[in-house]
Amino acid sequence: MHQTLPALYQSFGKRHDSLIPILQGIQNKLKYIPKEAISIIANELSMYESDIYGVITFYTQFRLSPVGQHIIKVCKGTACHVGGAETVGEAVSEMLQISKNETSRGNKFTLEYVACLGCCSLAPVMMIDDKVYAHLTKEKIKKILEEY
Amino acid sequence: MGNREIVVLMGTCGKSAGADRVYDKFASALKAKSIAGVELKQSGCAGLCYSEVNVRTFRDGKEYLYAQITEDDVEKFIDSEIIENKTYMEKILFEADPVDDTALFPKQKRIVLRNCGKITPTSVDDYIAKDGYKAILKALTMPPEKVVQEIKDSGLRGRGGAGFPTGLKWELTRKNPAPEGRYFICNADEGDPGAFMDRSVLEGDPHSVIEGMLIGAYAIGANHGYIYVRAEYPLAVKHCLKAIEDAKARGFLGENIMGSGFSFDLKTKEGAGAFVCGEETALIASIEGKRGMPSLRPPYPAEKGVFGKSTVINNVETLANIPWIILNGGSKYSETGYEKSRGTKVFALAGKIKKGGLVEVPMGTTLREVIYDIGGGMAEPEYKFKAVQLGGPSGGCIPERLLDLPVDYESLVKTGAIMGSGGMVIMDERSCMVDLARYFLNFTQNESCGKCTFCRLGTKRMLEILERICKGQGTMDDLTLLQEIAKKCSTSSLCALGGSAPNPVLTTLKYFYDEYVEHIVNKRCPAKYCKKLLTYTINDKCIGCTACARKCPVKAISGEKKTRHFIDQQKCIKCGACVATCKFNAIDTE
Repeated sequence: MHQTLPALYQSFGKRHDSLIPILQGIQNKLKYIPKEAISIIANELSMYESDIYGVITFYTQFRLSPVGQHIIKVCKGTACHVGGAETVGEAVSEMLQISKNETSRGNKFTLEYVACLGCCSLAPVMMIDDKVYAHLTKEKIKKILEEY
Repeated sequence: MGNREIVVLMGTCGKSAGADRVYDKFASALKAKSIAGVELKQSGCAGLCYSEVNVRTFRDGKEYLYAQITEDDVEKFIDSEIIENKTYMEKILFEADPVDDTALFPKQKRIVLRNCGKITPTSVDDYIAKDGYKAILKALTMPPEKVVQEIKDSGLRGRGGAGFPTGLKWELTRKNPAPEGRYFICNADEGDPGAFMDRSVLEGDPHSVIEGMLIGAYAIGANHGYIYVRAEYPLAVKHCLKAIEDAKARGFLGENIMGSGFSFDLKTKEGAGAFVCGEETALIASIEGKRGMPSLRPPYPAEKGVFGKSTVINNVETLANIPWIILNGGSKYSETGYEKSRGTKVFALAGKIKKGGLVEVPMGTTLREVIYDIGGGMAEPEYKFKAVQLGGPSGGCIPERLLDLPVDYESLVKTGAIMGSGGMVIMDERSCMVDLARYFLNFTQNESCGKCTFCRLGTKRMLEILERICKGQGTMDDLTLLQEIAKKCSTSSLCALGGSAPNPVLTTLKYFYDEYVEHIVNKRCPAKYCKKLLTYTINDKCIGCTACARKCPVKAISGEKKTRHFIDQQKCIKCGACVATCKFNAIDTE
């Protein structure tokens, strides 16, 4: 984090409107925003910590606790809902023994739900890190998870 | 063997269908066969998502489009197409005239999607070869008022959903004095579940959006701009950044563009996952680094927008139309359309439809034509069509009897739905309308920013009522209460999120009232979807494998090994675990 921040200030400048890109930069690096980052950024951008905390908690993208190596995002969009997204979420939960926003044993996977991944013609879908998997069935999910 | 091209269509949807692997296989196979003179290219999504992975090639002045290509097809494809110069019959989808794509896309008119799937999105030269950046050069020779007039003549209206005339928006902004300069923003925060046209345009043809922004910025006199794009679309973000970099290198962006004296500086901002940020005042707050809360209008962004400066915000699809309009003329654009809605609209077809994907049709095409003639009808024809959901969480469900409606802003508003961003989700008789209303309320409840009481609490109360009805605990009084809260929610919310959140409830009540009554009075779900209203019984397909009995969390299933099992209805909690476990279709639900 201490190496990451100066580069982010360099790219975006120490301005209030750079707050979100800076937070995104930290999260891209660490997959979450450590508590101590808030006070450091507050000092640098001359903002209140509470305001930064307010921004972090407003947007679903930001996390305040560490996550597993891979992030699974199960799509809950309309087409996926109609195509059986509920089963996908349940199947992943059952296979990894975790619920939404939890991390599996061995710190391998974190399960999240997202509103829509925009691959509606291929419903139901999920994303692991930056890769989208389509036309999911229970068997397929099992195979995919075994790849990791 | 002349110079041949093999183009793999690689949007996010193509990639998730395996386009990356197909592309790599083509590269290695061409190398292994030491075939020279074949250029392997990547392109975006052509909208034929149902048939991905798509591959395109050209031979003897004709274009050949292939569907569902897998790694196993690659060798055979090369042998047939490249070595023998013959069509690879096994996977051919269409052969067409490359200039005229009406054969490929009957009943469609492609303006927004004109280059999607045809050009390499990361190549500025490809875009320029398709008359790219000609429109901005033409616009720079016109007085800005004339550019605005051209857009006004076209009759183009905002494609983000509200349908405000684009030319008028630009004109009103110009009229506001802006001594401190103006901003021009592209709203690419496509948050509606079920819509993906903006994603495909940004992934497949990012330069057309940038060019549209340039023209708009010149017309209103803005020197700074942002593309506010969803972080959930990593490929779109990547292609936008690359396109901005290339446009700068060629002198289309930056200081003194093409020696005209006009400068425009463009940056991207990634949204951080808040649906409400698609609302313009919330989007502005987000760009300024704040919580994305909507604010009261007036003042409108035209007067006080980003950093308090005069701002125009247009959606991706709206902007992709602009270069075409400037090149071909506003009056040419307005030749297409229906009544007050001119031009074309892109729809994202998804759900239980045969040919899901993107379609671009002239305004006024009927829903039936879009669903049946273009979309090929139901994916599983044995199940009857029930409803089409338009416009995402702000829209509504339209039943079969209204399918002959022309698609335009006004006709759709009359039904209680809205055009919205153009998501169309088709449902058959297995979808429960009460559950669907519950699904959308769950979404809006999660996404409500909490500023307005009726949106924050009204959506919560409506959601609770719908959850009760889905569990068979609803009463007829609940329906009156639902309508009352819905009305208050839509009239007492600051922004469109709360204003339109009740639409899915009101339209399902209007067109599928019987389904609500079934849930409440007879405790039945006609679609057999609501688990808590089903009765589970075991039929004689049961071979006594005991899998369901072992899975049942309340030990409600009993029976000897290798004999038919039984479910104790008193103990059954209707969780559906037995159905998910049974491999023999031995469990009936009623």
